[in-house]
Amino acid sequence: MKLDKDQKKNLYDSMLELIRVTSTQIPGDVQKEVLKALRREKKNTTAKYAMEIIDKNIELARSKSQPLCQDTGTILLYVNHPAGFHQSEFTKVFEKAVVDATKKGYLRQNSVDTLTGKNDTMNIGLGHPSIHFHEHKKKSLEVKLMLKGGGCENVGAQYSLPNVALEAGRDLDGVRKVILDAVVKAQGKGCGPGVLGVTIGGDRGAGYIASKEQLLRTLDDTNDIPALKKLEKDIVETSNRLGIGPMGFGGKTTLLGCKISALNRLPASYFVSISYMCWAFRRQGVTLSGKQKISKWLY
Amino acid sequence: MKRLTYPFDEQQIRSLKVGDMVLISGKLFTGRDAVHKFLHEGGKSPVNLKNQIIYHCGPVVLEKAGKYEVMAAGPTTSIREEPYQWEVMRDHGIVGVIGKGGMGPKTLEGCQKYGCVYFHAIGGAAQVLAEKIKSVDDVHLKEKFGSPEAIWELTVDEFPVVVTMDSHGGSLHSVVEETSSKNLSKELSKKKTKKK
Repeated sequence: MKLDKDQKKNLYDSMLELIRVTSTQIPGDVQKEVLKALRREKKNTTAKYAMEIIDKNIELARSKSQPLCQDTGTILLYVNHPAGFHQSEFTKVFEKAVVDATKKGYLRQNSVDTLTGKNDTMNIGLGHPSIHFHEHKKKSLEVKLMLKGGGCENVGAQYSLPNVALEAGRDLDGVRKVILDAVVKAQGKGCGPGVLGVTIGGDRGAGYIASKEQLLRTLDDTNDIPALKKLEKDIVETSNRLGIGPMGFGGKTTLLGCKISALNRLPASYFVSISYMCWAFRRQGVTLSGKQKISKWLY
Repeated sequence: MKRLTYPFDEQQIRSLKVGDMVLISGKLFTGRDAVHKFLHEGGKSPVNLKNQIIYHCGPVVLEKAGKYEVMAAGPTTSIREEPYQWEVMRDHGIVGVIGKGGMGPKTLEGCQKYGCVYFHAIGGAAQVLAEKIKSVDDVHLKEKFGSPEAIWELTVDEFPVVVTMDSHGGSLHSVVEETSSKNLSKELSKKKTKKK
Protein backbone atom coordinates (compact mmCIF):
# COMPACT_ATOMS: atom_id res chain seq x y z
CA MET A 1 0.00 0.00 0.00
CA LYS A 2 2.04 2.93 -1.30
CA LEU A 3 1.05 6.49 -0.51
CA ASP A 4 0.09 8.86 -3.31
CA LYS A 5 1.38 12.42 -3.56
CA ASP A 6 -1.46 13.98 -1.54
CA GLN A 7 -1.23 11.39 1.19
CA LYS A 8 2.52 11.97 1.46
CA LYS A 9 2.01 15.72 1.76
CA ASN A 10 -0.66 15.19 4.44
CA LEU A 11 1.52 12.74 6.33
CA TYR A 12 4.36 15.27 6.31
CA ASP A 13 2.06 18.03 7.64
CA SER A 14 0.65 15.70 10.31
CA MET A 15 4.12 14.66 11.50
CA LEU A 16 5.40 18.23 11.62
CA GLU A 17 2.36 19.23 13.67
CA LEU A 18 2.85 16.22 15.96
CA ILE A 19 6.45 17.30 16.60
CA ARG A 20 5.44 20.93 17.21
CA VAL A 21 2.73 20.04 19.70
CA THR A 22 4.88 17.46 21.49
CA SER A 23 7.77 19.88 21.90
CA THR A 24 5.71 22.84 23.07
CA GLN A 25 2.75 21.44 25.04
CA ILE A 26 2.67 19.19 28.05
CA PRO A 27 -0.05 16.49 27.97
CA GLY A 28 -3.12 17.13 30.17
CA ASP A 29 -2.56 14.17 32.48
CA VAL A 30 0.95 15.41 33.34
CA GLN A 31 -0.10 19.02 33.82
CA LYS A 32 -2.75 17.89 36.28
CA GLU A 33 -0.09 16.23 38.45
CA VAL A 34 2.20 19.27 38.15
CA LEU A 35 -0.60 21.50 39.48
CA LYS A 36 -1.19 19.11 42.38
CA ALA A 37 2.52 19.31 43.21
CA LEU A 38 2.44 23.10 43.05
CA ARG A 39 -0.40 23.17 45.58
CA ARG A 40 1.29 20.59 47.79
CA GLU A 41 4.58 22.45 48.33
CA LYS A 42 4.85 24.87 51.26
CA LYS A 43 4.73 28.64 50.76
CA ASN A 44 8.01 30.61 50.69
CA THR A 45 10.15 27.56 49.99
CA THR A 46 12.51 27.03 47.07
CA ALA A 47 10.39 23.96 46.20
CA LYS A 48 7.29 26.13 45.77
CA TYR A 49 9.35 28.65 43.81
CA ALA A 50 10.54 25.89 41.48
CA MET A 51 6.99 24.63 40.91
CA GLU A 52 5.76 28.17 40.22
CA ILE A 53 8.42 28.66 37.55
CA ILE A 54 7.58 25.24 36.07
CA ASP A 55 3.88 26.15 35.94
CA LYS A 56 4.67 29.47 34.27
CA ASN A 57 6.96 27.74 31.81
CA ILE A 58 4.23 25.33 30.70
CA GLU A 59 1.89 28.21 29.87
CA LEU A 60 4.60 30.25 28.16
CA ALA A 61 5.76 27.37 25.92
CA ARG A 62 2.19 26.70 24.82
CA SER A 63 1.34 30.35 24.10
CA LYS A 64 4.61 31.07 22.27
CA SER A 65 4.65 27.69 20.52
CA GLN A 66 8.28 27.22 21.52
CA PRO A 67 10.06 24.23 23.11
CA LEU A 68 9.11 23.55 26.71
CA CYS A 69 12.74 22.57 27.34
CA GLN A 70 15.77 23.42 25.21
CA ASP A 71 16.84 19.78 25.30
CA THR A 72 14.34 18.40 22.83
CA GLY A 73 15.83 15.02 23.50
CA THR A 74 15.93 11.71 21.75
CA ILE A 75 13.14 11.52 19.21
CA LEU A 76 11.33 8.32 20.20
CA LEU A 77 8.59 7.41 17.77
CA TYR A 78 6.14 4.53 18.23
CA VAL A 79 4.22 3.61 15.12
CA ASN A 80 1.33 1.14 15.23
CA HIS A 81 0.42 0.26 11.68
CA PRO A 82 -1.78 -2.20 9.76
CA ALA A 83 -0.36 -5.10 7.77
CA GLY A 84 1.14 -4.16 4.41
CA PHE A 85 2.38 -0.78 5.63
CA HIS A 86 5.57 0.62 4.06
CA GLN A 87 7.94 1.39 6.91
CA SER A 88 10.74 2.84 4.80
CA GLU A 89 8.37 5.18 2.98
CA PHE A 90 6.99 6.42 6.29
CA THR A 91 10.49 6.88 7.72
CA LYS A 92 11.52 9.06 4.80
CA VAL A 93 8.55 11.40 5.28
CA PHE A 94 9.05 11.50 9.04
CA GLU A 95 12.74 12.39 8.67
CA LYS A 96 11.82 15.28 6.39
CA ALA A 97 9.43 16.54 9.08
CA VAL A 98 12.25 16.24 11.66
CA VAL A 99 14.61 18.30 9.51
CA ASP A 100 12.02 21.03 9.04
CA ALA A 101 11.01 20.99 12.71
CA THR A 102 14.70 21.54 13.52
CA LYS A 103 14.91 24.45 11.08
CA LYS A 104 11.82 25.99 12.70
CA GLY A 105 13.33 25.63 16.19
CA TYR A 106 10.81 23.07 17.54
CA LEU A 107 13.78 20.73 17.90
CA ARG A 108 17.35 21.56 18.93
CA GLN A 109 20.31 20.40 16.84
CA ASN A 110 20.61 17.36 18.99
CA SER A 111 22.30 14.53 17.15
CA VAL A 112 26.07 14.19 17.47
CA ASP A 113 28.40 11.72 15.75
CA THR A 114 29.81 9.81 18.71
CA LEU A 115 33.20 9.19 17.09
CA THR A 116 33.93 12.59 15.56
CA GLY A 117 31.84 14.77 17.90
CA LYS A 118 30.32 16.47 14.89
CA ASN A 119 26.74 17.72 15.17
CA ASP A 120 24.87 16.77 12.00
CA THR A 121 22.67 19.86 12.71
CA MET A 122 19.41 18.30 11.47
CA ASN A 123 18.82 15.47 13.95
CA ILE A 124 19.35 12.71 11.43
CA GLY A 125 22.01 10.07 11.94
CA LEU A 126 22.73 6.53 13.07
CA GLY A 127 20.05 5.55 15.57
CA HIS A 128 18.33 8.93 15.47
CA PRO A 129 15.40 9.41 15.26
CA SER A 130 14.60 6.19 17.09
CA ILE A 131 11.56 4.68 15.37
CA HIS A 132 9.72 1.65 16.72
CA PHE A 133 7.24 -0.05 14.41
CA HIS A 134 4.53 -2.42 15.62
CA GLU A 135 1.95 -4.12 13.43
CA HIS A 136 -1.57 -3.99 14.85
CA LYS A 137 -4.94 -5.33 13.77
CA LYS A 138 -6.61 -1.96 13.24
CA LYS A 139 -6.78 -0.37 9.80
CA SER A 140 -5.69 3.05 11.03
CA LEU A 141 -2.20 4.38 11.65
CA GLU A 142 -1.37 5.39 15.21
CA VAL A 143 1.77 7.43 15.88
CA LYS A 144 3.05 8.32 19.33
CA LEU A 145 6.01 10.61 19.92
CA MET A 146 8.15 11.10 23.00
CA LEU A 147 10.98 13.63 23.28
CA LYS A 148 13.23 12.48 26.08
CA GLY A 149 15.98 14.83 27.23
CA GLY A 150 19.52 13.83 28.15
CA GLY A 151 19.35 14.93 31.79
CA CYS A 152 16.64 12.42 32.60
CA GLU A 153 17.99 9.74 30.26
CA ASN A 154 21.34 9.88 32.09
CA VAL A 155 19.75 8.95 35.43
CA GLY A 156 18.04 5.84 34.08
CA ALA A 157 19.38 2.66 35.67
CA GLN A 158 19.38 -1.09 35.28
CA TYR A 159 19.81 -3.46 38.21
CA SER A 160 20.49 -7.18 38.18
CA LEU A 161 18.92 -8.99 41.12
CA PRO A 162 19.98 -10.14 43.61
CA ASN A 163 21.83 -6.97 44.58
CA VAL A 164 23.89 -7.70 47.67
CA ALA A 165 24.74 -4.10 48.57
CA LEU A 166 21.06 -3.09 48.57
CA GLU A 167 19.89 -6.38 50.11
CA ALA A 168 17.52 -6.71 47.20
CA GLY A 169 16.37 -10.24 46.38
CA ARG A 170 14.51 -11.65 43.41
CA ASP A 171 11.01 -10.60 44.43
CA LEU A 172 8.85 -7.47 44.41
CA ASP A 173 10.37 -6.29 47.68
CA GLY A 174 13.79 -6.43 46.02
CA VAL A 175 12.39 -4.61 43.01
CA ARG A 176 11.05 -1.91 45.32
CA LYS A 177 14.45 -1.46 46.96
CA VAL A 178 16.34 -0.92 43.72
CA ILE A 179 13.71 1.46 42.32
CA LEU A 180 13.91 3.60 45.46
CA ASP A 181 17.71 3.50 45.24
CA ALA A 182 17.47 4.86 41.69
CA VAL A 183 15.15 7.64 42.90
CA VAL A 184 17.64 8.72 45.56
CA LYS A 185 20.53 8.60 43.10
CA ALA A 186 18.62 10.62 40.49
CA GLN A 187 18.00 13.53 42.83
CA GLY A 188 18.50 16.95 41.35
CA LYS A 189 19.86 15.63 38.10
CA GLY A 190 16.78 14.44 36.23
CA CYS A 191 14.66 17.61 36.59
CA GLY A 192 12.26 16.35 39.21
CA PRO A 193 9.53 15.87 40.05
CA GLY A 194 9.77 13.04 37.57
CA VAL A 195 7.96 9.95 36.34
CA LEU A 196 9.37 6.43 36.30
CA GLY A 197 8.83 3.82 33.62
CA VAL A 198 9.98 0.44 34.92
CA THR A 199 10.17 -3.04 33.46
CA ILE A 200 10.95 -6.15 35.46
CA GLY A 201 12.45 -9.07 33.54
CA GLY A 202 13.38 -9.38 29.87
CA ASP A 203 16.96 -9.21 28.63
CA ARG A 204 18.87 -5.97 29.16
CA GLY A 205 17.85 -4.49 25.82
CA ALA A 206 14.18 -5.50 25.90
CA GLY A 207 13.89 -4.31 29.49
CA TYR A 208 15.00 -0.77 28.68
CA ILE A 209 12.82 -0.54 25.58
CA ALA A 210 9.76 -1.74 27.49
CA SER A 211 10.47 0.61 30.40
CA LYS A 212 10.23 3.57 28.01
CA GLU A 213 6.97 2.22 26.61
CA GLN A 214 5.53 2.37 30.12
CA LEU A 215 5.90 6.15 29.83
CA LEU A 216 3.28 6.06 27.08
CA ARG A 217 0.63 5.26 29.70
CA THR A 218 -1.25 8.27 31.07
CA LEU A 219 -0.42 9.11 34.68
CA ASP A 220 -3.96 8.31 35.86
CA ASP A 221 -3.85 4.86 34.28
CA THR A 222 -3.74 2.03 36.82
CA ASN A 223 -2.09 -1.34 36.29
CA ASP A 224 -4.27 -4.37 35.50
CA ILE A 225 -2.01 -6.57 37.60
CA PRO A 226 -2.91 -5.99 41.27
CA ALA A 227 0.64 -6.53 42.62
CA LEU A 228 2.09 -4.00 40.16
CA LYS A 229 -0.75 -1.55 40.75
CA LYS A 230 0.10 -1.63 44.46
CA LEU A 231 3.83 -1.26 43.81
CA GLU A 232 3.32 1.71 41.46
CA LYS A 233 1.33 3.54 44.13
CA ASP A 234 3.76 2.62 46.89
CA ILE A 235 6.81 3.85 44.93
CA VAL A 236 5.23 7.28 44.38
CA GLU A 237 4.10 7.66 47.99
CA THR A 238 7.36 6.44 49.50
CA SER A 239 9.46 8.59 47.15
CA ASN A 240 7.46 11.63 48.12
CA ARG A 241 8.29 11.01 51.77
CA LEU A 242 12.05 11.04 51.11
CA GLY A 243 12.33 14.83 51.11
CA ILE A 244 14.13 15.16 47.78
CA GLY A 245 11.56 17.52 46.29
CA PRO A 246 11.36 19.49 43.04
CA MET A 247 14.85 19.95 41.50
CA GLY A 248 16.28 18.21 44.57
CA PHE A 249 15.69 21.38 46.64
CA GLY A 250 13.96 19.38 49.38
CA GLY A 251 10.15 19.23 49.53
CA LYS A 252 7.13 17.03 49.24
CA THR A 253 7.05 16.06 45.56
CA THR A 254 9.76 13.81 44.20
CA LEU A 255 7.71 11.74 41.75
CA LEU A 256 4.59 12.53 39.76
CA GLY A 257 4.04 8.91 38.74
CA CYS A 258 5.45 5.42 38.34
CA LYS A 259 4.44 2.80 35.76
CA ILE A 260 5.65 -0.78 35.87
CA SER A 261 5.44 -3.74 33.50
CA ALA A 262 6.84 -7.26 33.53
CA LEU A 263 8.41 -9.40 30.81
CA ASN A 264 9.39 -13.03 31.02
CA ARG A 265 13.01 -13.61 31.96
CA LEU A 266 15.60 -16.35 31.81
CA PRO A 267 15.90 -18.50 34.91
CA ALA A 268 19.37 -17.00 35.40
CA SER A 269 18.40 -13.34 34.93
CA TYR A 270 16.28 -10.87 36.88
CA PHE A 271 16.66 -7.33 35.57
CA VAL A 272 14.94 -4.19 36.76
CA SER A 273 15.18 -1.52 34.06
CA ILE A 274 14.26 2.02 35.04
CA SER A 275 13.69 4.96 32.72
CA TYR A 276 13.29 8.35 34.33
CA MET A 277 11.24 11.09 32.69
CA CYS A 278 11.55 14.70 33.80
CA TRP A 279 8.58 16.93 34.70
CA ALA A 280 8.89 18.40 31.17
CA PHE A 281 7.24 15.23 29.96
CA ARG A 282 6.85 15.59 26.21
CA ARG A 283 4.60 12.91 24.80
CA GLN A 284 1.82 13.15 22.25
CA GLY A 285 0.15 10.88 19.76
CA VAL A 286 -2.23 10.96 16.83
CA THR A 287 -4.45 8.66 14.85
CA LEU A 288 -4.26 9.32 11.12
CA SER A 289 -7.10 8.98 8.65
CA GLY A 290 -6.76 7.20 5.30
CA LYS A 291 -5.80 10.57 3.82
CA GLN A 292 -3.01 10.75 6.44
CA LYS A 293 -4.60 13.70 8.18
CA ILE A 294 -4.80 13.88 11.96
CA SER A 295 -8.18 12.47 12.96
CA LYS A 296 -7.59 12.25 16.70
CA TRP A 297 -5.12 13.39 19.37
CA LEU A 298 -4.33 10.58 21.76
CA TYR A 299 -3.37 12.53 24.93
CA MET B 1 14.68 37.94 46.80
CA LYS B 2 18.24 39.25 46.29
CA ARG B 3 19.64 40.99 43.25
CA LEU B 4 23.00 40.54 41.58
CA THR B 5 23.92 43.13 38.99
CA TYR B 6 26.76 43.33 36.47
CA PRO B 7 29.70 43.92 36.79
CA PHE B 8 30.07 41.11 39.32
CA ASP B 9 32.79 41.06 41.98
CA GLU B 10 34.01 38.81 44.76
CA GLN B 11 32.44 40.87 47.54
CA GLN B 12 28.93 40.47 46.09
CA ILE B 13 29.56 36.77 45.61
CA ARG B 14 30.83 36.22 49.15
CA SER B 15 27.66 37.80 50.56
CA LEU B 16 25.46 35.08 49.02
CA LYS B 17 24.34 32.09 51.09
CA VAL B 18 22.73 28.73 50.36
CA GLY B 19 18.95 29.13 49.96
CA ASP B 20 19.10 32.71 48.64
CA MET B 21 16.75 33.32 45.73
CA VAL B 22 18.56 35.67 43.38
CA LEU B 23 17.68 37.66 40.26
CA ILE B 24 20.75 38.14 38.06
CA SER B 25 21.01 41.06 35.63
CA GLY B 26 23.90 41.51 33.24
CA LYS B 27 26.15 39.24 31.25
CA LEU B 28 26.26 35.45 31.10
CA PHE B 29 28.43 33.13 29.02
CA THR B 30 27.12 29.69 28.15
CA GLY B 31 29.60 26.85 28.36
CA ARG B 32 29.02 23.14 28.74
CA ASP B 33 30.76 19.81 28.07
CA ALA B 34 32.87 20.64 25.02
CA VAL B 35 33.97 24.06 26.33
CA HIS B 36 35.02 22.71 29.73
CA LYS B 37 36.99 19.85 28.20
CA PHE B 38 38.60 22.29 25.77
CA LEU B 39 39.71 24.66 28.55
CA HIS B 40 40.93 21.75 30.66
CA GLU B 41 43.11 20.54 27.79
CA GLY B 42 44.75 23.95 27.59
CA GLY B 43 42.56 25.51 24.88
CA LYS B 44 42.68 29.31 24.84
CA SER B 45 39.41 30.92 25.89
CA PRO B 46 38.12 33.21 23.14
CA VAL B 47 36.70 35.53 25.82
CA ASN B 48 38.02 36.95 29.06
CA LEU B 49 36.07 35.15 31.78
CA LYS B 50 37.49 37.13 34.73
CA ASN B 51 34.62 37.99 37.13
CA GLN B 52 32.09 36.47 34.76
CA ILE B 53 29.37 33.86 35.20
CA ILE B 54 29.30 30.63 33.20
CA TYR B 55 25.90 29.17 32.38
CA HIS B 56 25.68 25.40 31.76
CA CYS B 57 23.26 25.63 28.88
CA GLY B 58 22.89 24.48 25.30
CA PRO B 59 20.23 26.81 23.93
CA VAL B 60 18.02 26.49 20.87
CA VAL B 61 19.09 29.46 18.74
CA LEU B 62 17.69 30.44 15.36
CA GLU B 63 19.39 32.78 12.94
CA LYS B 64 16.88 35.19 11.43
CA ALA B 65 18.09 37.79 8.95
CA GLY B 66 21.63 37.68 10.36
CA LYS B 67 20.40 38.07 13.93
CA TYR B 68 20.38 35.37 16.57
CA GLU B 69 17.20 34.63 18.45
CA VAL B 70 17.13 32.36 21.50
CA MET B 71 14.11 30.07 21.33
CA ALA B 72 14.75 28.06 24.51
CA ALA B 73 17.48 28.23 27.14
CA GLY B 74 17.23 26.20 30.35
CA PRO B 75 20.16 24.75 32.31
CA THR B 76 21.82 21.40 31.63
CA THR B 77 23.05 18.94 34.28
CA SER B 78 26.18 20.40 35.89
CA ILE B 79 27.80 17.37 37.47
CA ARG B 80 29.41 16.43 34.15
CA GLU B 81 31.71 19.45 34.58
CA GLU B 82 32.79 18.36 38.06
CA PRO B 83 36.30 17.30 36.91
CA TYR B 84 36.93 20.70 35.28
CA GLN B 85 34.94 23.41 37.07
CA TRP B 86 37.38 24.19 39.91
CA GLU B 87 40.14 24.61 37.36
CA VAL B 88 38.09 27.13 35.37
CA MET B 89 37.59 29.06 38.62
CA ARG B 90 41.31 29.01 39.34
CA ASP B 91 42.63 29.74 35.85
CA HIS B 92 39.93 32.01 34.44
CA GLY B 93 38.58 33.76 37.53
CA ILE B 94 34.87 33.09 37.06
CA VAL B 95 32.72 34.13 40.03
CA GLY B 96 29.56 32.19 39.30
CA VAL B 97 28.27 29.00 37.73
CA ILE B 98 24.62 28.50 36.75
CA GLY B 99 23.33 25.01 36.10
CA LYS B 100 21.14 22.31 37.52
CA GLY B 101 21.51 19.33 39.83
CA GLY B 102 24.41 20.78 41.81
CA MET B 103 28.07 19.80 41.80
CA GLY B 104 30.52 17.84 43.93
CA PRO B 105 33.24 18.41 46.52
CA LYS B 106 35.93 19.64 44.09
CA THR B 107 33.66 22.44 42.89
CA LEU B 108 32.55 23.27 46.43
CA GLU B 109 36.17 23.59 47.50
CA GLY B 110 36.87 25.76 44.44
CA CYS B 111 33.95 28.03 45.39
CA GLN B 112 35.50 28.62 48.82
CA LYS B 113 39.06 29.03 47.59
CA TYR B 114 38.49 31.26 44.56
CA GLY B 115 35.29 33.09 45.57
CA CYS B 116 32.62 31.56 43.40
CA VAL B 117 29.03 30.48 43.87
CA TYR B 118 26.78 27.84 42.28
CA PHE B 119 23.37 29.06 41.18
CA HIS B 120 20.66 26.50 40.49
CA ALA B 121 18.29 27.47 37.69
CA ILE B 122 15.02 25.59 37.25
CA GLY B 123 15.68 22.64 34.96
CA GLY B 124 13.34 22.39 32.00
CA ALA B 125 12.07 25.97 32.38
CA ALA B 126 13.48 26.91 29.00
CA GLN B 127 10.82 29.48 28.14
CA VAL B 128 10.74 31.37 31.43
CA LEU B 129 14.54 31.60 31.27
CA ALA B 130 14.73 32.46 27.55
CA GLU B 131 12.38 35.37 28.19
CA LYS B 132 14.95 36.86 30.57
CA ILE B 133 17.55 36.96 27.79
CA LYS B 134 17.49 40.47 26.38
CA SER B 135 20.16 40.10 23.73
CA VAL B 136 22.64 37.74 22.14
CA ASP B 137 25.85 39.77 22.03
CA ASP B 138 28.27 37.32 20.45
CA VAL B 139 29.02 33.66 19.87
CA HIS B 140 32.34 31.80 20.02
CA LEU B 141 33.49 28.30 19.02
CA LYS B 142 30.21 27.61 17.23
CA GLU B 143 31.88 26.19 14.13
CA LYS B 144 34.13 23.99 16.22
CA PHE B 145 31.60 22.58 18.70
CA GLY B 146 28.17 23.11 17.13
CA SER B 147 25.42 25.43 18.33
CA PRO B 148 24.41 23.82 21.66
CA GLU B 149 28.06 23.54 22.77
CA ALA B 150 29.19 27.02 21.72
CA ILE B 151 29.94 29.95 24.03
CA TRP B 152 26.95 32.26 23.67
CA GLU B 153 27.43 35.71 25.16
CA LEU B 154 24.06 36.80 26.56
CA THR B 155 22.65 39.82 28.36
CA VAL B 156 19.93 38.88 30.84
CA ASP B 157 17.51 40.79 33.02
CA GLU B 158 16.29 39.40 36.35
CA PHE B 159 17.33 35.84 35.56
CA PRO B 160 15.87 33.71 38.44
CA VAL B 161 18.16 31.30 40.31
CA VAL B 162 18.63 29.78 43.75
CA VAL B 163 22.04 29.60 45.49
CA THR B 164 22.60 25.93 46.30
CA MET B 165 26.39 26.03 46.87
CA ASP B 166 28.03 29.09 48.39
CA SER B 167 31.59 30.32 48.89
CA HIS B 168 31.57 29.36 52.58
CA GLY B 169 31.36 25.59 52.15
CA GLY B 170 27.57 25.35 52.24
CA SER B 171 25.83 22.95 49.86
CA LEU B 172 22.09 22.30 49.77
CA HIS B 173 22.79 19.20 47.66
CA SER B 174 24.84 17.42 50.31
CA VAL B 175 22.19 18.26 52.94
CA VAL B 176 19.31 16.88 50.84
CA GLU B 177 21.37 13.85 49.85
CA GLU B 178 22.05 13.04 53.48
CA THR B 179 18.48 13.52 54.71
CA SER B 180 16.93 11.61 51.80
CA SER B 181 19.30 8.66 52.31
CA LYS B 182 18.41 8.61 56.02
CA ASN B 183 14.70 8.78 55.16
CA LEU B 184 15.09 5.89 52.74
CA SER B 185 16.75 3.73 55.42
CA LYS B 186 13.83 4.55 57.72
CA GLU B 187 11.29 3.62 55.03
CA LEU B 188 13.00 0.31 54.34
CA SER B 189 13.21 -0.66 58.01
CA LYS B 190 9.52 0.30 58.44
CA LYS B 191 8.56 -2.43 56.02
CA LYS B 192 10.75 -4.96 57.79
CA THR B 193 9.13 -4.31 61.17
CA LYS B 194 5.67 -4.59 59.61
CA LYS B 195 6.52 -8.02 58.24
CA LYS B 196 7.68 -9.30 61.63
